[in-house]
Amino acid sequence: MSRNLKQAFFSALLVWAVAFPVLGLKLSIDGISLAVHSQGSFTLTIIAVCSVLMFLRVLFDKQWSSVMGRRSDRKLIPPAVSNYLTLPKTQRWVIMGLIVAALVWPFFGSRGAVDIATLILIYVLLGLGLNIVVGLAGLLDLGYVGFYAVGAYTYAMLSHYMGWGFWVCLPIAGLMAATFGFLLGFPVLRLRGDYLAIVTLGFGEIIRLFLRNLTDWTGGPNGISNIPKPEFFGLTFERRAAEGMQTFHEFFGLQYNSINKVIFLYLVALLLALLALFVINRLLRMPIGRAWEALREDEIACRALGLNPTVIKLSAFTLGACFAGFAGSFFAARQGLVTPESFTFIESAIILAIVVLGGMGSQLGVILAAIVMILLPELMREFSEYRMLMFGALMVLMMIWRPQGLLPMQRPHMELRR
Amino acid sequence: MSREILQVSGLSMRFGGLLAVNGVALTVKEKQVVALIGPNGAGKTTVFNCLTGFYRPSGGSILLDGQPIQGLAGHQIARRGVVRTFQNVRLFKEMTALENLLIAQHRHLNTNFFAGLFKTPGFRRSEKEAMERAQYWLEKVNLTEFANRTAGTLAYGQQRRLEIARCMMTRPRIIMLDEPAAGLNPKETEDLKALIAYLRESHNVTVLLIEHDMKLVMSISDHIVVINQGTPLAHGTPQEIRDNPEVIKAYLGEA
Repeated sequence: MSRNLKQAFFSALLVWAVAFPVLGLKLSIDGISLAVHSQGSFTLTIIAVCSVLMFLRVLFDKQWSSVMGRRSDRKLIPPAVSNYLTLPKTQRWVIMGLIVAALVWPFFGSRGAVDIATLILIYVLLGLGLNIVVGLAGLLDLGYVGFYAVGAYTYAMLSHYMGWGFWVCLPIAGLMAATFGFLLGFPVLRLRGDYLAIVTLGFGEIIRLFLRNLTDWTGGPNGISNIPKPEFFGLTFERRAAEGMQTFHEFFGLQYNSINKVIFLYLVALLLALLALFVINRLLRMPIGRAWEALREDEIACRALGLNPTVIKLSAFTLGACFAGFAGSFFAARQGLVTPESFTFIESAIILAIVVLGGMGSQLGVILAAIVMILLPELMREFSEYRMLMFGALMVLMMIWRPQGLLPMQRPHMELRR
Repeated sequence: MSREILQVSGLSMRFGGLLAVNGVALTVKEKQVVALIGPNGAGKTTVFNCLTGFYRPSGGSILLDGQPIQGLAGHQIARRGVVRTFQNVRLFKEMTALENLLIAQHRHLNTNFFAGLFKTPGFRRSEKEAMERAQYWLEKVNLTEFANRTAGTLAYGQQRRLEIARCMMTRPRIIMLDEPAAGLNPKETEDLKALIAYLRESHNVTVLLIEHDMKLVMSISDHIVVINQGTPLAHGTPQEIRDNPEVIKAYLGEA
C-alpha cells in the first residue's frame, strides 16, 4: 500500500509539473521585457482537480483495472461484423455509395460545403497515393509532401512562364513528380524502415528549401500567384473572359454565378480521385501489386525467386509520387497561389496520419480518414488553438481501440476456381 | 556422359577473422542429384548462400555453364535458373498458396502497367497461363485443396512442399534444397524422395541438396560432397562415402 501511495503522490506531482508551466503561467510583454504572470485561480483549480483525480486513479489502480478488464472483454465491434466490414466486396459497395453521394453533393451543398469537400478530395488523392507506398509496398515515406510540391510548382511555373493551361500541365506535373520519385528513390531504397523514413524526411525538406531559395525562378518565399483555374473545354469560369476566350455562362446562356466555378473545381478533384481509385484497384490485382505485398513480407525470398527488389520498390515509389504530382497541380490551380510554406513537414504528417488512421492498404479507410481529418478541424474552428492537442488525442485513442485503423481491408485474394 | 552444369572451385568465404568456407570444390553434372553433407556448422548453408548470390564469396570461382556467376546479385542468379529453398521455410505467409506460386512467375508474366490497367487480352492470357501452371504444380505436390488457404496456416510438411513447388514455378535448371527433409515424418520423407526423382526425370532439373537424413541422402544422390569445418573432406559416390574412414571420424569422433 505504501508503494502505491508513493507512486500516486508522484503521479499527482507530475500533473503539476507538466500542466503548471504550460497552462498555469502566462507570458506578457511589459514594456520591452517579458513578464511572467500566474493564470487566474480558475485554471489552477482545474489543475488541482486533475492532480487529485490522477492521485486517486493511481492509488486504486488495481480495483480500476479489474473493473475495466471485465468490460474490455467485450470488443467494441463484434468480430463477425468487423470481418464483414473488412471484406473487399463490402468495401467496394460502400465506395460505390460514397461516389454516388459525392456526385450529387455539389448540387445540394452550400458553397462552403463544396469548397471543404474539394479540400477533402485533395487529401483523399494524396492519401491514396501515399497508401501505395506505405500501405501496399511497406515503405515508410515521410517526405511525401515533396512530390506534392513538385506537382504544384510544375503547374505554377509552366503557366507563369509558358502560359500553358491546366489540362496540359496536369500530366506533365504527374510525370515530373514521378521523375523526382524515381531519382530520389534510386539512392534511398536500399535503406529500410527507420533509415528510409529519416532520409525521405530529409528529401522532403530539401525540396521545400530549394523552392524557397531559388528566388529567381520560384519567387522564393512569396511563391507564384495568379495561377489560372482549370477550364471546361476552353471555357473559363471567370466573370469576364480573356481576349479570344469565352466564358462558361455566356456559352450556355446562363446567369453568371460564382458557385459554378466552385462546383467545377470540385468535379475536377472528384475525377482525379476516381482515377486514382480505379488505378489502385487494378494495381492490387496485377502482378506488380502482388509483388509489393510479397516484398513487404519477405525480401530475401523475393530475391531467391528472381524478383528484383529495387525495381519493385522503385515502381511503388514512382507511382505514389505521380499521384502526389496530380494532387499538387490541382492544389495550385485551386489556390491560385503556391508558396513553399504550403509544403511543410506537417502536411506529410497529416497525409501519413490519414493512411494510418484509415487502415493500411484500405482505400475506403483512406477516404473516411481524410473526411475525419479535414472535416473535424473545420467543424471545430472555435477550438483551433487545441487542434494539435485533439490530433494527438485522436491518435492515442486510435492506437488503444483500433490499432489496425478505422477500416482496414483484407487484400483481394486470387482464388482457384474448380 | 552428361554435361557439367555447375563448376565450383576454391570457393572461400571469410567473415572477419573467421574462415567459414575454405577451398570448397564442387562439380555438378546435368540432371544429377548432388548432396552436400557435413556436421552442424560445417559451412554447408554458407556454400549455398555463396552459390545463390546472398553472400559475395571472398575467393574462388563459380561457373554456371562455363560462365562466371560469382558476385552477381541474388535475383540475377535466380534469373539464370538457380533457385533455392531455405532451411527455415520462407513462404509469403499472409498470401495464399496459389499466390505464392504466382509471385514466383512474376518474371514470366505480362507486367506491362497499361496492359494490366485495361486488362488487355494479352494480359488476361498471361494471367490465365500462370494460373494453369500454378494449378499443375499444386496438384503435383498434393496441395490443390489448400490452394486458397494462406500459406502460414498450412502444416509444416505442406509448407515445405509448397516451397519446392514455388521454386519450380521459376522454371529453374538447378534447384538447391536446404535440408528439405528436416521436420518431416517418414511417410513425408518418402514422398519428398519421389518428388525429387520426378523433378529430375520429368523436368530435367539438377538438384543440389543439404541434408542430414543419411538414409535419404544415400538413396537418392549420385554424388556426395562432405564438408567439415569449412574445408572439403571427401567426395564420391554414396558407397565410397559410406566406407571412407575420414568421414566416419568427422561424424562420430575418434575412437
